[in-house]
Amino acid sequence: MKRAVIGPWIALILGALYFIVPLIATFEFSLRMRRGEYSFDAYRVVFADARFQATFGYSSLLALATIVVGVLLVVPTAYWVNLRLPKLRPVIEFITLLPLVIPAIVLVFGYLRLYNSSSWLPMTSHERATDLLLTFGYVTLALPYMYRAVDNGLRAIDVRTLTEAAQSLGAGWATILFRVILPNVRVAVLSGAFLTFAIVIGEFTLAALLDRPAFGPYLQLIGANRAYEPSALAIIAFAVTWACMGLINLVGRGARNAAPAAP
Amino acid sequence: MAFLEIDHLRKSFGQLTVVEDFNLAIERGEFVSFLGPSGCGKTTTLRMVAGFETPSSGAIRIDSKDVTAAKPNQRNVGMVFQSYALFPNMTIAENVGFGLKVAGRAAGEIMSRVEEMLALIKLPQVGGRYPYQLSGGQQQRVALARALAIKPKVLLLDEPLSALDAKIRVSLRQEIRQIQRELGITAIYVTHDQEEALSISDRIVVMSQGRMEQVGTPFEIYNNPRTRFVASFVGTLNVLKGQVVDAASGKVTVDGQPISGATHLDGAKPGEIRSLALRPEAASLTDPTTGANSLQGTVEEVSFLGSVVRIRVRFGENAISLDTFNKPSVAPPARGTKVTVSFARDALLVLDGAEAA
Repeated sequence: MKRAVIGPWIALILGALYFIVPLIATFEFSLRMRRGEYSFDAYRVVFADARFQATFGYSSLLALATIVVGVLLVVPTAYWVNLRLPKLRPVIEFITLLPLVIPAIVLVFGYLRLYNSSSWLPMTSHERATDLLLTFGYVTLALPYMYRAVDNGLRAIDVRTLTEAAQSLGAGWATILFRVILPNVRVAVLSGAFLTFAIVIGEFTLAALLDRPAFGPYLQLIGANRAYEPSALAIIAFAVTWACMGLINLVGRGARNAAPAAP
Repeated sequence: MAFLEIDHLRKSFGQLTVVEDFNLAIERGEFVSFLGPSGCGKTTTLRMVAGFETPSSGAIRIDSKDVTAAKPNQRNVGMVFQSYALFPNMTIAENVGFGLKVAGRAAGEIMSRVEEMLALIKLPQVGGRYPYQLSGGQQQRVALARALAIKPKVLLLDEPLSALDAKIRVSLRQEIRQIQRELGITAIYVTHDQEEALSISDRIVVMSQGRMEQVGTPFEIYNNPRTRFVASFVGTLNVLKGQVVDAASGKVTVDGQPISGATHLDGAKPGEIRSLALRPEAASLTDPTTGANSLQGTVEEVSFLGSVVRIRVRFGENAISLDTFNKPSVAPPARGTKVTVSFARDALLVLDGAEAA
């Protein structure tokens, strides 16, 4: 009996050490910039760097754009698949999983070949157009997470009956989607949105090869040339990701308290 | 012209025809039930009236207007679903007022209509709650209020009580009927529960394998079933195999004992086997009155059902169940007791078709 209680604790402690020790080591190293004592100098340097602010701001903006485009693309698609095309679900799931299998480098070379300055749609010849291309690239990279989150949310509610109930009360498709379906998958959409944010903030390949001033390439640049600042940046990026996860939990709990799904 | 007309309606999914040549005229304010087993096409027919399924052929007219091709949100029909289908993100008041808000009604009008509807379903205090805070029965009453709030031309109810427990089912079905009468609204009710259909309907449409078997009042359906299916599906029925003695006078023998029906046996030849039906409540263990039928048998099983005692008596190859009221002063017969079962001649129904001997 006692062994049964101790076993899971040992597994938990080993697992926690596996994840936490490298993190503590990175954090500890990031505090060593001042010789002989711990300080937050590395963080001060990072936050004072104009390039940090510019790249972080740029990536945050693109993350928001990615979330908007992703939600507008994924929610109606997943809704329609659940409602009218359930037989197509395996096909759609396969397509949404492709970004996990196809490396970002392949994706970006495809973009460069299709949309270079001498192509029929020269999206890389202008900065704003390249930003748009990068946003679409991010939407593709985040697709597995966004689609799964939304699809799980839709499966948790009776999409068909809710749709028919709204239709019988006179509602059209836009009303059904925005006033009945979307509010009931809000937590799922937010989960997908925060995961998308975390992915976009740390993404390197697409931004570097499209030559855009994003946070990922900045992280790489600092890592190649400085000693303590990369560790500080790694901790900052980690904190941003965990803040996103925390927000998912908070919003999810808030939504559950406000309007839980009917049993 | 009837208020709701369903004209030669047919629905096929590929090679499979699920509703075949469905014709029905429903008068304004009438309560009609579609009754049948799972897969008989009753829900598909209802969904075609609601606009959720497109008929393969045929027409649906509501108040003289052809709505066959109209979208569900353009038909002005209220629908109550088995799973309640309340919007989980909205309060009860928001749920009830949803249809009015979609129609662009003023906030004041919506509020007073919501209050009126909640009072109608006797839940005036729940407007601020969410669906998950109500019981199943309360949720279904709210779903009814929501469907009625838009003042629909027709109210459609798709097995609305199936998810509720037995006691609530009985009280809620009476409440639904009372509200329907009060508002004078035309209603179609889908159920597989014959007791439910018999107790609340003006007329019943019994369906089997996509076809209408019989349309009639509950009294007609129960007492004069036109087909073997209706007879066996509606109520409990004893089916006896009788050998024809004289078709003209309706005389047959059941396990060698002579009995006769009130009607003659059309086209039957002596010696042929015919199916005869008898309701449990039509038979008794009392001595036969003059002219009544009687059969000698042995008590095989006694089931105590509370107010009623069901006794199964075997005659040989045939057996029947009969119902007697429970009387605390009279003990039911024990198994193995020899008894005489009597029943009136006109209680014996002759079912269609001859049986192979």
